[in-house]
Amino acid sequence: MEITLTHYLVLSTILFVIGLIGIMRRKNLLLLFFATEILLNAVNIALAAISHYRGDYTGQMFAFFIIAIAASEVAVGLGLLIVWYKRTGRIDLDQMTSMRG
Amino acid sequence: MFEAIAFYLFAALTISMFTITVMTQQALYALSAMAAGMIFISAFFFILGADFLGAVQIIVYTGAVMALYAFGMMFFDTTRTVVEKRTNPRFVIVLATLAALLTVLVVIVPIIAVDMPAQLPIDPSAGNSQAVGMVLFTKYLVPFELAAVMLLVAMVAGIVLAGKKMDKSLTLMAEEEIELMQTAQYTPVAHEEVH
Amino acid sequence: MEIYLYIALFAPLVGSLFSALFGASPKTKVTGIVASGLLFVSFVSSSILLSYVLGGHTVHVEMMTWMATGDLYIPFGFVVDQVSVVMMMVVTIVSTVVHVYSIGYMDHDKGFNRFFSYLSAFVFSMMVLVMSDNFLGLFIGWEGVGLCSWLLIGFWYHKESATWAANEAFIMNRIADLAMLVGIFMLYWNLGSLQYDVVFANITTLPVVVITWIGIFLFIGAMGKSAQFPLHTWLADAMEGPTPVSALIHAATMVTAGVYLVVRANPIYSEIPNMGLFIASLGAFVALFAASMALVNRDMKRIIAYSTLSQLGYMFVAAGLGAYWVALFHLMAHAFFKALLFLGAGNVMHAMHDELDPFKMGGLRKVMKGTFIMMTLASVALAGIYPFAGFFSKDLILEVAFVDHHYIIYSVLLFTAMLTAFYSFRLVALIFHGEERYKLFGIHPHEAYKFMLIAMAPLLVLAIIAGAFKGSYYQLVTSLLPSGEYHVHSIATYWIMTIGTQLLVLAAIAFAYKKYSSWSSVPDGTSALEQSFGYKLLANQYYIPWFYEEVFSKTYRKLSHCLWKEIDLKIVDAMVDGIAGVVYKTGEKTHKIQNGNLSDMLRWMVIGLVILMLFAVGFSVLAMFAQAQVEFVRIYIGELVLGIGLVLVAVSVLLVTYHAASIRKTGKGR
Repeated sequence: MEITLTHYLVLSTILFVIGLIGIMRRKNLLLLFFATEILLNAVNIALAAISHYRGDYTGQMFAFFIIAIAASEVAVGLGLLIVWYKRTGRIDLDQMTSMRG
Repeated sequence: MFEAIAFYLFAALTISMFTITVMTQQALYALSAMAAGMIFISAFFFILGADFLGAVQIIVYTGAVMALYAFGMMFFDTTRTVVEKRTNPRFVIVLATLAALLTVLVVIVPIIAVDMPAQLPIDPSAGNSQAVGMVLFTKYLVPFELAAVMLLVAMVAGIVLAGKKMDKSLTLMAEEEIELMQTAQYTPVAHEEVH
Repeated sequence: MEIYLYIALFAPLVGSLFSALFGASPKTKVTGIVASGLLFVSFVSSSILLSYVLGGHTVHVEMMTWMATGDLYIPFGFVVDQVSVVMMMVVTIVSTVVHVYSIGYMDHDKGFNRFFSYLSAFVFSMMVLVMSDNFLGLFIGWEGVGLCSWLLIGFWYHKESATWAANEAFIMNRIADLAMLVGIFMLYWNLGSLQYDVVFANITTLPVVVITWIGIFLFIGAMGKSAQFPLHTWLADAMEGPTPVSALIHAATMVTAGVYLVVRANPIYSEIPNMGLFIASLGAFVALFAASMALVNRDMKRIIAYSTLSQLGYMFVAAGLGAYWVALFHLMAHAFFKALLFLGAGNVMHAMHDELDPFKMGGLRKVMKGTFIMMTLASVALAGIYPFAGFFSKDLILEVAFVDHHYIIYSVLLFTAMLTAFYSFRLVALIFHGEERYKLFGIHPHEAYKFMLIAMAPLLVLAIIAGAFKGSYYQLVTSLLPSGEYHVHSIATYWIMTIGTQLLVLAAIAFAYKKYSSWSSVPDGTSALEQSFGYKLLANQYYIPWFYEEVFSKTYRKLSHCLWKEIDLKIVDAMVDGIAGVVYKTGEKTHKIQNGNLSDMLRWMVIGLVILMLFAVGFSVLAMFAQAQVEFVRIYIGELVLGIGLVLVAVSVLLVTYHAASIRKTGKGR
């Protein structure tokens, strides 16, 4: 049984779905970050698969840069999260209503 | 055949790990499942022949990012579970599915339909790491350097944000106290004149 | 020679822009002097061009490309040929005189600088009009003079009547210009070019019906600009403007643009059967019609305006009968003596503190000798007494009508000539002779500045001697216009006609003097004559302005009111208000989305993402089917079905497990 690009794309889609569900249901900011990591990884799989099946390095390059961006995001995001936690003592999304319109 | 078995095995593992990450109530479970899922994903990269990417995935994600999360979690009270208010889960799932399908469709269809020619064809004679190095340091040199600077900046930002006033608990201080502390820090001359 | 062409054309524009610089500052004489000086430069250049053209050459330049798209190619081209050089001379002479005169006339006016900027702009537009080598350039000049005419009629914009008159003139001209534009479009549509030479060379290839329509539309444009019936009412009202404006624009130059158009487009009109006769008949009608209104009018400037209208009628008679050079000749001669007449009237107005009723003047010859002589001589020229300019040009038109066997037109014109003499000298007699009735109103008249009179002198000279140029003029223009000597066959008939006409005119003058030179009272509208129906009819301009007001203006006002109430308020405004209301209500209803909850915001973000991508996918699918590019679908149909199926299965499994889990956890089925 041949594994085709479609298989990888479907897998990637499923992981993306999981990530999106996480984004929409998580109230814990830290776990929300986890969900975004899942999203990024889902896309990475798709890119690597396309790179492989199309015989082109561009996909892999994009995956590298996505990993780099994810790493910086985690650094800055966690820093902010810690400051926030130190100020308020909670990391609950529902408490962050200062942007009420 | 082995490829298929590997693919399905790792697909099932990854999906279940990530599902746990998203669904569990315990932050520690989520963290562990997440780390496992990252490692499983690197398996796909190895299957796809992107050895270097797989290695980076393990080192950066599992080694660095997850470790960072783990350290970060030490600051928080992880035993206190945040109440997840479940508002209409079916709606969430349908919406997520739709969004994911559309994203994949929009991104992938043009690549396949137009039959885009390979910009940087894979050179079978060279090993993956070697070839990636060639590409990364020629065509993608500037983005690579930018990414390096970005990581450096992110590191500095992380240290500054998280490391400030490590010895004080801002949580227990009143808002006025914090502000007083900040003004005192930024106007030291005025502070000394008082003494 | 091109440099002289550009100087002649652009010197007035420079003068206008220079004066415009001072438009908002208080009066400085510099603007008037500079504008007049530049006009004089333009006049000198025109004279040099005239001498060049007299040598049998023409100048044709293409300054720049204006429009070039596809097959459409319209350049800014200018031509100085035998016809346009005559017009240029007329325009530059009269406008130079009027500019110098205006320095004195507008002396006490606050808008002195503004006035010169408008006046020079007018001259520039007029030069563009006469010098253009294509119909569209002519149209630009045409609109330019219309605009300047509007600005100048409404120069004293604080006066209600002036703004009204300006708008009336502008709107009536717009109606006519629309027709003219249609004519120009038809020319382009059928011939693919608007250059005079191309159009006139190919006009005969068109079917007669098309040429007829083109001719009619162009002539409607000419009727508007030259104030021919039924678009004539604006000209008399245009006298609200300053008198130099009336002299320059509404007597000498702009109103003759219609005649110029017909003369210029003579190859078109000579192709249309009976069009000429129609034009001539209309011209004769207007000549009589306008002269009759001038008989009883009590407004000095309006009398001269009706006289202008009447003389324009003469010109159209000549043009309609194919004697284009005669029309142009009368145009030239008329420009000189009519401008002179207007400027003289301006002096009188100044002296009388803007009093316009000649019945309130009388005996002014004692205090205004120069003006008296000039206006009398101009009136003599207008009446057509030998050897003044009017004799040569106007009697020529009579001869043309006679030789072409149009005896009805001839008799109408002859009668009109008598009326012309009568009303001209009625005016002269009332203003300058008789008792000094102005004393009743406590006015102390004074003569105008000397330099104004000196400025008028060239016009006076030309009004007297213009007839002498007939021979050389004929030589000049007939190299471009259809020639035709109009000689009465029998010598005896010729002399009888000429002397007879002169005697009739002299009799009319004598009658006018006898009746009005010893006028002693100011009529108050109670005498039997003033009560008669005929007098009232004429004094009310045949009730035509009243008719226009009742039929067109009031209907239009009613229609506008109805549209405002019914359509604008109930449909357009309601629609706008409705849209605003929907937006407002939507905001009211949806502002709860902005509850500041980040989780909800994320959810909305995903919804927005889905909607946007649905659009993208929908459009691309549509485009794909539209281009019949179903290849992709056919090739990948298997994989697509597999993929979507897998996803659906996976999602439903997830859904079920998650739902089951949530039921178990909460323990009470949600």
